[in-house]
Amino acid sequence: MIEVKQLYFKYPTMKDYVLKNINIKIELGQIVAIMGSNGSGKTTLIKHFNGLLKPNEGYVKVFGKDTQDESVAALSRKVGLVFQNPDHQIFSDTVWNEVTFALKNFGFEEEVIKKRVKWALEFFNLIQYKDTSPLLLSGGEKKRLCLASILAWDPDYIVLDEPTVGQDFLQKEKLREVIKMLITRNKTVIIVSHDIEFIWLLQPRIILLSNGEVVKDDVCANVFKDDASIDKCGVIKPQFVELFDHLAPLLPHPPLDVLEARSTFLKLMKKGG
Amino acid sequence: MTPLIKFIDFNFSYLDSPTPILKNINLEIKEGEFVLLVGPSGCGKSTLLRCINGLIPHLYSGVYKGKVIVDGEQVSEKNISTLATKVGFVFQNPENQIFMFTVEKDIVFGLENIGVDKEEIGRRLEWALKILNIEHLRYRAPYELSDGQKQRVAIAGTLVMHPKILILDEPTSLLDPKTAYEFISTLKELNRSIGITIIVVEHRIDLLPKVADRMIVMDGGQIVFDGPFKDIIKEKNLHLYGVTVPPIISLQNTLSESGVNLPGYSLDVRSFSEMIKKEVFRND
Repeated sequence: MIEVKQLYFKYPTMKDYVLKNINIKIELGQIVAIMGSNGSGKTTLIKHFNGLLKPNEGYVKVFGKDTQDESVAALSRKVGLVFQNPDHQIFSDTVWNEVTFALKNFGFEEEVIKKRVKWALEFFNLIQYKDTSPLLLSGGEKKRLCLASILAWDPDYIVLDEPTVGQDFLQKEKLREVIKMLITRNKTVIIVSHDIEFIWLLQPRIILLSNGEVVKDDVCANVFKDDASIDKCGVIKPQFVELFDHLAPLLPHPPLDVLEARSTFLKLMKKGG
Repeated sequence: MTPLIKFIDFNFSYLDSPTPILKNINLEIKEGEFVLLVGPSGCGKSTLLRCINGLIPHLYSGVYKGKVIVDGEQVSEKNISTLATKVGFVFQNPENQIFMFTVEKDIVFGLENIGVDKEEIGRRLEWALKILNIEHLRYRAPYELSDGQKQRVAIAGTLVMHPKILILDEPTSLLDPKTAYEFISTLKELNRSIGITIIVVEHRIDLLPKVADRMIVMDGGQIVFDGPFKDIIKEKNLHLYGVTVPPIISLQNTLSESGVNLPGYSLDVRSFSEMIKKEVFRND
């Protein structure tokens, strides 16, 4: 479990706290979305999960161990973080070596490394670039490479900062598939994202942040009922929630996806004549 | 009307690439159009844009066949600095174009370089800070900002140059949804008020139905669909070209495939809901 208790944090050059009195617990087997306006502290918060940042006050514990006492390397074995900007974490000379790097550092055997790297590159449709420099990949491909590198070492918590940026429809579908597959293996996926429609389809627990504070922490359906909180956090409603707001007496609840919406509307239209 | 941008029988391959990235492109974009350019990763969108602002062929070498004409002049014969005054480009990654020590200095850098007078620089700066809602960041160092904030700074630095053509590569990808909506509305307002031609590459097209006039879909280095947004968005299998169709539009497409004849086609939730209410209560 990741436990955050009374966390306060500010960057050394800044006067104000970026995170204020954060209290959350994230168990295994969950999808958690962290949402909020630009500069609300989302990325700063997730950097505490693998010890890249340490609290000024309060604590963050990962499987019971205080991040103040652990190295980033040790924490990263449990918590894999994929940055928003892939250029911040790519540094190897080839795509293959990029995925291999952490596995070697974590002491995996050569045969296991080969299998895992091959799986990860094939899964993310990058195997054809294995001998290419990562710098020559497109933005979307670089993001997939970072995800492949992290999944290859199989951490318990996978933290994704804006994973859908630069990804086309098929890649987003694949990402959703990966997330669901990870949950079946009792992993936890924490996603920072502005992509409302992507989040709605995942139906995660949502933590809304505004100005460094948690404004709301609830299941997806409840969060999008809370107009005041989502407005405060720069979030807007998914189209099917907005649709429900307009047609509430006609619809039983906001449709989860297009298929459910189609079936509901087919019944409605039949009734309407 | 003479097109502002014209590609004639255009093909391009990067030096290290075995296959052409752009194949037989013939395209005309008129002054004042708001164009949405979409397609799967690696389909050639970014390469096409680089041909408009002259990064190709001036910075990226390769096999360049055919012509690209911008504002009546061949891109291959003009230098990049001249093209930069006509074509503003906002990169996907804001860090590629922010380098000064304060937000304010970064935004006015381009204007100072082309010798715009101080008063005008001040006016444009205030305008850009306001429309992008970054007045509170003006004295901050760009490296202290979140990526979303950096993106707004990069956009401001381009807008102050008052280019004829504004190209934005996924401009809202790092913006929170509310800011993204406001930003797209601002773009449309600029497009309407000063007639600036806008080309946006965007995967989040749920933001664009009400603003884009035209939609171009690319795949494998070619243009596969090109037409009014409201027509192209109805095309079946757009998802195969990487396009995430907004749920409300996808719903209407699937209802139509199921034999439901709706009296119209709505690009937003509100008008779709009104239409449904009328249909359902028609016989009541």
